[in-house]
Amino acid sequence: MTRDEITAVLFEEIGNVAPEVDLRSVPDGADLRDALDIDSIGFLNLMIALDARLGIAVPEADYPRLRTIRGAVEYLCGRGTAA
Amino acid sequence: MGVFRMPSLGADMEAGKLVEWLKRAGDAIAAGDVIAVVETQKGAIEVEAFESGIVESHLVAVGQTVPVGTPLAMIRGEGTAAAPAAGPAAVPVPQIAPSPAAPPLSGAPQPPAFRASPAARRFAAEHAIELTGMRGSGPDGAIVFVDVEQALQGRRDAAPAAPPRPPPTAAGPPATGMAAMRQAIAAAMERSKREIPHYYVAHAADVTAAFDALAAFNATRAPRDRVLFGAALLGAVARALARFPEFNGFHRGGAFEPAPRIHVGMAIALRGGGLVAPAIHDADKLALPDLMRAMHDLADRVRAGRFRSSEIADPTITLTSLGERGVDAVLGVIYPPQVAIVGAGTPALRPWVVDGAVVARRLCRLTLAADHRVSDGHRGALFLAEVARLAENPELP
Repeated sequence: MTRDEITAVLFEEIGNVAPEVDLRSVPDGADLRDALDIDSIGFLNLMIALDARLGIAVPEADYPRLRTIRGAVEYLCGRGTAA
Repeated sequence: MGVFRMPSLGADMEAGKLVEWLKRAGDAIAAGDVIAVVETQKGAIEVEAFESGIVESHLVAVGQTVPVGTPLAMIRGEGTAAAPAAGPAAVPVPQIAPSPAAPPLSGAPQPPAFRASPAARRFAAEHAIELTGMRGSGPDGAIVFVDVEQALQGRRDAAPAAPPRPPPTAAGPPATGMAAMRQAIAAAMERSKREIPHYYVAHAADVTAAFDALAAFNATRAPRDRVLFGAALLGAVARALARFPEFNGFHRGGAFEPAPRIHVGMAIALRGGGLVAPAIHDADKLALPDLMRAMHDLADRVRAGRFRSSEIADPTITLTSLGERGVDAVLGVIYPPQVAIVGAGTPALRPWVVDGAVVARRLCRLTLAADHRVSDGHRGALFLAEVARLAENPELP
C-alpha cells in the first residue's frame, strides 16, 4: 500500500471518529485528541479501524507516536510498507 | 390485551415524536424487543416492549408527537383472541399540534395524560394549576401534593415580574437538537440543585498498579479486545454498591427506594456539546472485558444517536469520568431521582508517599456527591474508599 493510500485510509477513519471536523484545518503537528476532541473510546475506535483496514494493530505502547497526523502517517507507512 | 405507551424517558420528558415503527401489526414480540424509535430531547431512543405478545395495531403514526403516557400500540397477549376491529379507533390520540401558537394539550376530548394523587388534584383545582404536562415526583411519575405546591410557588416567584407562564415545553412543539438537550439538562439540574441537599467527599486513588495490569492485559490483544481504565472505574462503582445500597436507587415521593439491581449511568459527552448518561445494566455482574464491550457499544450507539429506552430511563447511580484529557477532579450534580454520583478526574503522575518515601505514582481523584436526605458523610466516605480500593485492583482474567 502506498503512502497516499495509507494517508487516505487514515483521514477517512479519523473522519468517522470526528465527522464534523474539517481535517484540512488541522495542522499536521497538532495533537489529534485536542484538535479533534477525541476521547479514549474515540481513539480506540480509530485503532480498531486501522487494524481492520490496514492490518496494523498498534500496541498501546506506540500510541504516543500516533498523537499527530504527521506522526500517524509516518508510523503507519513504516509499519504498512514493511509488512 | 396490553397497551404500549409513550414512555417517560427521564424526569424532564413531557412528549416524544414517533419516528419509526420496527414492529408491524401481526408481528410477535418478546419483552425487551425494540418496537419503535422515539425522538426526544435526548435524541432518538429505541423503545422496548415490557411484555410479550402480538402487535395488534398501531395507534400513532410516524411523525406524530404525543405526550408521555399516550397509547402507541395495542399488544395482544399470547394465546388471546384478536380484539374486535373497533379497538384502535376507540382510543383517542392526543397530539401536540405542530403550530407553535396552538396550546397543545387542550381542545379535543382526550384521556388525561398524567397520573395524580387526589390531594394533588384537589389542591391544583383550588389554585387553578394545570396538571397536564407537569412532571410528578411520585411513583411512576405520578403528580403528588408537593409537586403542585412547588408549581404554585414557582408561579408566585414569577408573578411580580411576569404573568403566570406555562411550563416552557408545553408552550409549543418540543424543541429538538441541541437546544432541546440544553433544556433537558437545565430542567434536570435545576431540579437537582433545588431539591437535593448534596454533600461531597473526595479521595485520591493510587491507580499505578491498575494501569500496569491493564497495559499488560492489552499488550497481547488486538485493539478491539483492549480494556480501558474507564471500565475498571465503572466496575469498581458497581461492585462497591453491593455493601452500600443507600447510594443505589431513587428518592421519590419523600422516601428512598433502594434499587434491587445495579445499573450504572455512564455520563457520555456528545460531540458538539451536551451529554447523556445512559445505563450499563447489571454492571456489577459483568467481568471487566464484558463491561468494556458494553460501555464501548453504548458509547458508539449514543454518539450515533441510537440508544434504548431502558438505558436512558433507569440508571440507579451515575459515574462521570473526565477521561485522559481533563483536570484533577470533577464534583458531580446528582441526576434526580438518583441519590449519588461518583466523579473521577484525569489520572496523572503526582508525588505520593509510599513506604515513607516520596515517589511518582499515578493518581485518580475520586469524588462522591450524595443526597444527604438518604445518607451521611461517614457512609459516603466508606463507600468512596471501597470504590477506590476496587479501582486500584481491577480483576482481569
